[in-house]
Amino acid sequence: MSTSTVLDHDEHADHPSGIMRWLTTTNHKDIGTMYLTFSLIMFFVGGCMILGIRAELFKPGLQLMNPEFFNQLIGVHALIMIFAALMPAATGFANWMIPLQIGAPDMALPRLNNWGFWLLPPSAILLTLPFTLALFGIGDGALATGWTFYPPLSVQGGIGVDFAIFAVHLLGISSVLGSINIIVTLFNMRAPGMTLMKMPMFCWGWLITAFLLIATIPVLAGAVTMLLTDRHFGTHFFDAAGGGDPIMFQHLFWFFGHPEVYILLLPVWGFIPQILETFSRKKMYGYKAQVYSLWAIGALAVVVWAHHFFTAGMPVPALLYFMYSTMAISLPLAVLFFCWIKTMWKGSMSFETPMLFTVGWIILFGIGGLTGLVLADVAADAQYHNSYFVVAHFHYTLFAGGIMGIMAGTYYWLPKMTGHMYSEKLGKLHFWLTAISFNLTFIPQFFLGLAGMPRRIPDYALQFAEFNMISSISAFVLGLSQLIFVYNIVTCAKGGKKATDQVWEGANGLEWTLSSPPPYHSFSTQPTIK
Amino acid sequence: MQGLKRLGLGIAAMLASFGVRADYSWNFPEPATPMALDTLHVHNKFMMITMVIFVVVLSIMIYSIFSHRKSKNFKPVEDKAPSTFVEIFWTLIPFAILLLIDFVIMGIPAYHSVVMMEDTRNEAKMVIKITGSQWRWQYEYLDGDAKGVKFVSNLTTPKEQTDKGFQGVKNKDYLLEVDNHLVLPVGEKVRILMTSADVLHNWWVPQFGSSRVAVPGFIRETWVQVDKAGTYRGQCKELCGKGHGYMPIVVDALPMAEYKAWAASKLEEQAKASAGADKEWTKEDLIAEGKGVYEKNCAVCHQITGAGVPGAFPALTGSKIATSPIFGEDGKYLPDSHLDRVLNGKNVMPSWKATLNDTEIAAVITYERNALGNSVGDLVQPAKVKAARQ
Repeated sequence: MSTSTVLDHDEHADHPSGIMRWLTTTNHKDIGTMYLTFSLIMFFVGGCMILGIRAELFKPGLQLMNPEFFNQLIGVHALIMIFAALMPAATGFANWMIPLQIGAPDMALPRLNNWGFWLLPPSAILLTLPFTLALFGIGDGALATGWTFYPPLSVQGGIGVDFAIFAVHLLGISSVLGSINIIVTLFNMRAPGMTLMKMPMFCWGWLITAFLLIATIPVLAGAVTMLLTDRHFGTHFFDAAGGGDPIMFQHLFWFFGHPEVYILLLPVWGFIPQILETFSRKKMYGYKAQVYSLWAIGALAVVVWAHHFFTAGMPVPALLYFMYSTMAISLPLAVLFFCWIKTMWKGSMSFETPMLFTVGWIILFGIGGLTGLVLADVAADAQYHNSYFVVAHFHYTLFAGGIMGIMAGTYYWLPKMTGHMYSEKLGKLHFWLTAISFNLTFIPQFFLGLAGMPRRIPDYALQFAEFNMISSISAFVLGLSQLIFVYNIVTCAKGGKKATDQVWEGANGLEWTLSSPPPYHSFSTQPTIK
Repeated sequence: MQGLKRLGLGIAAMLASFGVRADYSWNFPEPATPMALDTLHVHNKFMMITMVIFVVVLSIMIYSIFSHRKSKNFKPVEDKAPSTFVEIFWTLIPFAILLLIDFVIMGIPAYHSVVMMEDTRNEAKMVIKITGSQWRWQYEYLDGDAKGVKFVSNLTTPKEQTDKGFQGVKNKDYLLEVDNHLVLPVGEKVRILMTSADVLHNWWVPQFGSSRVAVPGFIRETWVQVDKAGTYRGQCKELCGKGHGYMPIVVDALPMAEYKAWAASKLEEQAKASAGADKEWTKEDLIAEGKGVYEKNCAVCHQITGAGVPGAFPALTGSKIATSPIFGEDGKYLPDSHLDRVLNGKNVMPSWKATLNDTEIAAVITYERNALGNSVGDLVQPAKVKAARQ
């Protein structure tokens, strides 16, 4: 260190090539790319599982699989989509964009960052391995309890439950490591002059997400560990015969599970306003109000968990508390919606693919949010709970609100990441196909739920047939449309029209001051923010 | 754009054509209890409110999308920071509106609904106990005219109708039909105690508006008051294993007089069955009786041939438990014997103590030992099962 104080910038860019580059990399962009690629692959794995389910539900009667396999698919689909598709996508953006947005050379803890990613593939393997083992006659397949692990069913279950418990442990460690890295980076590596209240909104969304993850993942880890000891070491945490309580698991699980919803959405709420200001060519409205609202949602997230199991039975005061506190979430969310629309108001809008996805996102996420408001009502929840109404509701928040948000972010930052423009025509086609088929998949499910179809059943009564058929056909269209997305990304990564540094006419922020693609090490000298 | 419009029209026409179909439902089914009626009102009201919010907010946004476009050369207007007074005013007004919607317009009716839903005791005329088990419901009348009536309710849809390649016409109430219906008197408030024998279940009849999880080792409560005679169908609503989709609920609501007659006949039937437990049975009769019990209760896991499912459910054919002796020297059943396993269960195997009566248990054990490829040759008398329960 003492010999050469002046190193040429490019010497840092020396790194192994081929597979070793990716295995050993501590570069935030490489790791971000790996996160995003992993997420995209797992999005298709989880998607294929759900298409299997929709094919089974195409008409009454068992067509393709037995109920045991059906139960395995639903739970693993959810775990993969949440932990292996949506969360890594958000973390991938964080890795790519947080250092660029705050003017830092890299993440604060690069080796931790590498480890955080490399925990993911083993956990994905752990989750899906029991499917393969079952083919060789070992065990009876993957987790068949739904993604929620509710005992006593999960105590009764086969080795798939154990595999899923260890997978969740690994995923949890990975998330906590990522969160620590993000918090340390955001608190220590901002460019001179960038006070917290000048931080880009995406960084704010992720900061709160990171705190939520650190607060709640250990609770999940504890709950599934208790489950593991109940299964194998004779403890009775969730067994009434030994003085335990099965419902206690639900409290522990959802103490993590509800914040998890916001963990998935807060990063999106971060970059959506950035996309809006770019394509409205106007400064984001109500920056402070948005930051405070994100914090308010983060705080409310950890005190409303029991609305996920109102029907499990609890005292009236508890029912009322969880109902009213859940309704209170509508206040900060309303502020966010107001700010988003006010940002568009009297702007000079153009509708490139990211903006299309964002506008569609606002509408569809709005439906998810409003149906969430009625779900908070305890009396009506007795009907909605565990019916297809809930399935439709949370796909409006997690597919529309989560994945379509991620798609908006992908199209927004892809030219910056690759240095090439993607095909605008295909992007728009992808948007319209996704938006239309998504609605045709899930609107029928609202009506199915109201009519009384429970979720997680492999076969159903005849009165549910038509809506299920519409939903299944649309689900296949939705799934196939995503191939356009992959094609667009791959061709864009390979080549195409060169992107300018600023990419979008209205783009503002440090990441747009660098070249497209940015240099291997982002900011060797930190910029100063006025 | 033209293509999209045509697509939109096509979809609208498709949806409209669905709308005219009679068996289509766009809302909750017709309510049969005060609670379901209340739930429907709450639901309709909230849907209206959220729909209005949605349409208003959406139209503002859509107006902006169409007017404030770059392609129309709209020049962006810079938002100016408002004065503190204006800022506070425009923050508090929407907050006040939202608070009013959340906690007054929606919150007050919700409060009353919750209180009504949870009041299971006041004015309740009778009490029944519902026990969920994998994968059937058990009903027990704890007081009133039918006190002591107890039965299990099993799916009756034939297995071949659920199978792949079934070409015929499925039953009208496919997957929503059972052998023994729960019978309730019309207009009486019935308190329901809910529990489970194994995993979580959820007893849900959509037209009743009540839904409660059955938790093993705990009693949960709900209530129903069916105001209109008729047959109502529902399903288990909590994932409970492979038979989750196959444990429906059927409730007959009868006028009081008919209900009383039903209770009397059911009690008589039960008395006969329990008398059967005291008589000496022949092996042939037990095997014949046992076949029915086996196919209804056991075949779902151990399969109709007794071959089981490798890796998940053990085979009975040639199994150690089904072929080794049941009773020891002292005449008491041995631990881990056939009778022990059926009575008390182990791991995934449920306990049948509460579900099957003495005759049924004796018959099914005798059947399993002398059919399904087994030929142990012995039999179990119902009296022995009765003694084993003590």
